[in-house]
Amino acid sequence: MKLYLHQVKTEQLVYWRSREAAVFTFIFPLLLFVLLGSVYSGHIYGVPASQALLAALLGYGCAMVAFAGLAITLVLRREQAILKRLRATPLPPVTYVAALLSSTLVVFALETVALFLLGRAVFGTPFPARVGSVALLVVLGSLCFAAMGVGLSGLIRSGEGSSAVVNLIVLPMAFLTGAFGPTHHYPRFLRAVGDVLPLKYLVDLSNAVYLHKHSFWSQGTAIGVLLAWGAAGVVVAFFKFRWEPREA
Amino acid sequence: MNAISVRGLRKAYGPLEAVRGVDFDIEEGEVFGLLGPNGAGKTTTVEILEGYRRRDAGEVSVLGHDPERPGRDFRERIGVVLQQAQLWPTLTVRETHAVFAGYYAKPRDVDEVIELVGLADKRDARVKTLSGGQKRRLDLGVALVGDPDLVFLDEPTTGFDPAARRAAWEMIRSLRALGKTVLLTTHYLDEAEQLADRVAVLREGQIVRIGTPRELTTGDNEVEIRYRRNGEEAVVRTAEPTRVLHELTSAALARGEELERLEVRRPTLEDVYLALVDEADE
Repeated sequence: MKLYLHQVKTEQLVYWRSREAAVFTFIFPLLLFVLLGSVYSGHIYGVPASQALLAALLGYGCAMVAFAGLAITLVLRREQAILKRLRATPLPPVTYVAALLSSTLVVFALETVALFLLGRAVFGTPFPARVGSVALLVVLGSLCFAAMGVGLSGLIRSGEGSSAVVNLIVLPMAFLTGAFGPTHHYPRFLRAVGDVLPLKYLVDLSNAVYLHKHSFWSQGTAIGVLLAWGAAGVVVAFFKFRWEPREA
Repeated sequence: MNAISVRGLRKAYGPLEAVRGVDFDIEEGEVFGLLGPNGAGKTTTVEILEGYRRRDAGEVSVLGHDPERPGRDFRERIGVVLQQAQLWPTLTVRETHAVFAGYYAKPRDVDEVIELVGLADKRDARVKTLSGGQKRRLDLGVALVGDPDLVFLDEPTTGFDPAARRAAWEMIRSLRALGKTVLLTTHYLDEAEQLADRVAVLREGQIVRIGTPRELTTGDNEVEIRYRRNGEEAVVRTAEPTRVLHELTSAALARGEELERLEVRRPTLEDVYLALVDEADE
């Protein structure tokens, strides 16, 4: 337990100290929220546009922090042999992974709080009516996307290529799944592609919980699809995750 | 008491046999050098002992543990300096040491370790601002902060300038003073000669010679006599230098000649090593 807390603290220190990563994954969704919120006006889904965007960008923030950020971090740490070095210490691998996931959850929770505070300050969006459901969404979202992030890190071969690969996945996914705003005017086949991607279900969940004040537990389909994607991430991670650099 | 004991160790990567039946023991408190050209199997051997790789065959005991099942207790007692490993660039030297100290049950005092590896004036510097030599000292500090009994150093001075190498040697000597057992791999002969109590020379996955640097160089008691005659270099290798030298000089005196550039020397570890390694090409 002491080791776990020590490692969560270490992960937090490393995350916030490396400005590039923190800006890229933490600040970028906030920035997009302000930009898009200033452009869209009127109503979306029968609610003010800024609220709909907040719900959408909550999903994007999760994809950035838990999926993109974690995958890139893990590939770099693997290729720089930081993971290999950690393996020689008494820190158990299970504790390391648990601390990494917890640290990711902490960052995404802070991101969520920052989004709501920013929305309130800039656009006057309300705080969520169902705080417990939003909290559950944050936990489910960060765990499922982090599992996929760990799995993806096992599929990426080089440190240099990691952020290109990750962006190539995250940006189109965000575009197709409504994380940058509604997709109901998209061509049918684009929406069909979006319908199989996990981010779609996180955005749906976010819309239901925040915009429509539904309970988290009433959203069985979204929860099920997210868990399935998370499980897929765990399976890929189990077979593909490596502690050591890929030998040149 | 042996810190490390290896018998019949074998490891292949596909068709490539990296380690082909290696035996050696390392005593507690000993600095042991594993010497050999690139690809001789040094890193594979060390990584098996560190618990990174499984072996195909053989018996291995490291501090009484089988490194294929490396428990917490084993990890508590070893320190590892890898050939090419980085650390978080944005943390400071002190933070980095403190992170690693937190992994061990009984770590050494962080500031003491930073002092020991000579980074006291860089304590609050970010890792990314350190020079190459300073980074290697950080590597060593991080490996020592858990107060290990056994330290693995994989080519600790590769790429160092001469001054940095000498500083690193001093640090490795200080490990011996602390009573640590050290397993050092290197392809620099002078390094092994300077630091190691005993040396094993690996070639193509097998140990071709093992002993103290002195035993290796005087093992067959051969001496080399060199001189020039009619502008030609002559080399005589002999185990009876007194007799051979007497005959040579008597003959030269009788002819009224001078043996130009006469030289009698014992082979250095380098000569022995190169001779051992060269046999491979034949």
